Amino acid sequence: MSLIDILFYFFATIAVVSASIVVFSRNIIYSAFSLLFTFFAVAGLYVLLNADFLAITQLLIYVGGILVLMLFGVMLTHKVVSVDMKTGTLKILPAALITSMIAGTLIGIFTVTDWRVAPLQTGDPIPTAKGIGEMFMTTWLLPFEVASVILLIALIGAAIIARREKEAK
Amino acid sequence: MLQIGLTHYLVLSAILFSLGILGVVTRRNAILVLMGIELILNAANINFIAFSRYGTLNLDGHMAAIFVIVLAAAEAAIALAIVLNIYKTFHTVNVDEINKLKE
Repeated sequence: MSLIDILFYFFATIAVVSASIVVFSRNIIYSAFSLLFTFFAVAGLYVLLNADFLAITQLLIYVGGILVLMLFGVMLTHKVVSVDMKTGTLKILPAALITSMIAGTLIGIFTVTDWRVAPLQTGDPIPTAKGIGEMFMTTWLLPFEVASVILLIALIGAAIIARREKEAK
Repeated sequence: MLQIGLTHYLVLSAILFSLGILGVVTRRNAILVLMGIELILNAANINFIAFSRYGTLNLDGHMAAIFVIVLAAAEAAIALAIVLNIYKTFHTVNVDEINKLKE
C-alpha cells in the first residue's frame, strides 16, 4: 500500500465515522462538532484528488462559514443549561431500512458500472487555481455572475427574514 | 488490495450520501436536518472531483463543485434565518411539531 492509499483510508474512515456521529448522536453539540471533522476529512480527500483550490475553499467556506452559522443556530435555538440539547429521532427503523437499500443500490451501480477512465496523468499535480480563475472569466462567466447575484440576494434575504420581529412592533 | 481508484471515491460518497439522507429523514431537529443536507452536498462534491481526476471532466468538475459550495452557503444562511424565525414563533425547532404556517 502506498502512502496515498493509506491517506485515503485514513480520511475515508474519519469522514464516515464522524458523519455517523452527526446522524446518530443524541447531543446536537456533538453532531455540530463532528460535522467539523467530516468537512476536514473531505478537504483532505480533495487534496488527494489534486484539487488544491477546492480543498482550501472547503476549509474556508464550510468550516469557517457554514459550520459557524450552524453553531450559532444551535446556540440560539436551544437552552444550553437545560436538557433541551438532547434531540430525538423519528421512525428510525424504516428509515434505516430504506436508506441502506439506497446505499446498497448506489454502491452496486458504482462498482458494477464500467466507468470510462481517462489515462492518469503522471508527474507532479498541476495547481488548479490559475485554470479555475481563467474558466471563471471565460466559459463560466454567466454562471459566475448569476452566483454572485444569488449570494447578494441570499445576504439581503437572510437579514430581512431574521429581523422581521422588530419590524412588526 | 486494489489500488485507490474512481470506485473507492464513488463508494465513499454513496455512504456519505446515505448517511445524509438518513439524517434528513429521521432527525427531529431542524438544524440537524440542515447538517444532513450539507452531508449530501459534500457527497455530491466528492463525486464531481473524483470524476474530474479520474474521468474526462477536467476542470469543469471543479467549477461545478465550487458552485455547489456557493449555493450551500446561501442555502445555509437563508435556512438558519428561517429556523431562527420558527424558534421565535413556536419556541421549538422540532420539525414534527411545526405544522402551522401561521400562529
